[in-house]
Amino acid sequence: MFESILFYTLAAFILGFGVLVVTARNTVHCVVFLVANFLCVAMIYVMLGAEFLAIIQVLVYAGGIVVLYLFVVMLVNLKRGPDAAPDRRRQSRVGFVLAAVMLAEISAILVYSAARPASAVAAAAATPLQTVGNTEVVGMLLYTDYLIPFEVASMLLLVAMIGAILLAKKEI
Amino acid sequence: MVDIYVVPILKIVVLLSAVLLAVTYLTLLERKVIAWVQVRLGPMRVGPQGVLQPIADAVKLLLKEDITPSRADKWVFTLAPIVSMVPALIAFAVIPFGATVSMFGHPVSLYIADVNVGLLYIVSVTSIGVYGIILAGYSSNSKFPLLAGLRASAQLISYEIAVTMMLVSLVVVAGTLSMVGIVNAQLSQGVWYVFLQPVAFVILFIGGLAETNRAPFDLPEAEQELTGGFHTEYSGMRFALFFLAEYANMIVVSAVATTLFLGGWLRPFPNVHVLSFLGFVPGWIWFLLKTFVFIYVFIWIRATLPRYRYDQLMRLGWKVLIPLGIANLVVTAILKVLL
Repeated sequence: MFESILFYTLAAFILGFGVLVVTARNTVHCVVFLVANFLCVAMIYVMLGAEFLAIIQVLVYAGGIVVLYLFVVMLVNLKRGPDAAPDRRRQSRVGFVLAAVMLAEISAILVYSAARPASAVAAAAATPLQTVGNTEVVGMLLYTDYLIPFEVASMLLLVAMIGAILLAKKEI
Repeated sequence: MVDIYVVPILKIVVLLSAVLLAVTYLTLLERKVIAWVQVRLGPMRVGPQGVLQPIADAVKLLLKEDITPSRADKWVFTLAPIVSMVPALIAFAVIPFGATVSMFGHPVSLYIADVNVGLLYIVSVTSIGVYGIILAGYSSNSKFPLLAGLRASAQLISYEIAVTMMLVSLVVVAGTLSMVGIVNAQLSQGVWYVFLQPVAFVILFIGGLAETNRAPFDLPEAEQELTGGFHTEYSGMRFALFFLAEYANMIVVSAVATTLFLGGWLRPFPNVHVLSFLGFVPGWIWFLLKTFVFIYVFIWIRATLPRYRYDQLMRLGWKVLIPLGIANLVVTAILKVLL
């Protein structure tokens, strides 16, 4: 009971902040709302018992990446809008298609979870992941079962970093 | 019921009041110590030897007019001091002040929460505190705070990498992220980690100075160039909040360094049995003593060292501390596997 009240409140906050991120006029306000959004998502992770994920969410997204956003927003003067007026028609068409895809995905999830018998859902929820702390579980899984994806992701980040340096520096 | 709700709330109330009192008196300590270093007397008028000075300051700041600049971003301007104060206070939730003690026949643990990710919690909470400074700099709509905000964000991002790298090598040694677990690991290995990880200790301390904006890295509030920095436009109690947040952060950094490197509440040399009479002093007093030493060194450094130039600060962070941090991590990991 208490958990569902908390969940729906947090979900409402997440959606509200999400809407504010894309509608706020002032870029710095957008970034502040984005941080609030990330913090609420972290609270949902805590409710799910995934405290490691929650902390990493705050540390990496709210504490690291968005600080960089804010840094760039403050350096670049964004008081003026973009020069070319964007094609409103095209924007709304693309938005409509994206919304339709999203709706289809959500209804697919709903249909799929309704089709599964309730016992299967209960069994999946009861899988004992909490025997050791979930930091240890994440670490074990990353370096055993998911080693290749993990290494590929880190390669991708390295390539992105070198690319950024190449773009920014005229002479190396 | 009592154990789940009443005891933690009592602990939080006691801890918060103690921290706020300590923070207020830290301002007096800093003024007195710097005065003694410079062969002055410091505050002497309010109360004997000036001991009531912080209270007079607080009353004065409360009575001051609270000014918002006319073209400031009002909401963000109000939000900024809150955002810098709250993380500094909630970081205390996972700091262990002592082992479990018995109080009125109840076993009471001298920490509010022992979460499995305590160390990461502190790192992430303190990284949120940066927003206070950046937003204050932006929302004042004034040149000097904006410059200070940019300086602060660049400085904090640079030094956070080195500090986090050091914490990783410490976690490799301790094998846990829980603050209580790290102290217990030092107890079972019989050594303070300052002796196992001296490089990490020094870099963490330098990074801590930079992250709390203390001298010699106090560029975001350099009085001579920025007229006070990010809080130039703030007055009254909002200004006081920034001030209190800075001192609370100093206590957090000192307490974390004590827990990680000086064995938290353990007595000195926990493995030497000849010194077991030192166990007569309760653990929390050891903890507070060690933390106080750190805070004193913070003030001492401010009184001694001149400020860094901005390019020197960046060079130290990126070209010295981060490579040293990576090297220390690699060496620690190799030794951990070999030994």
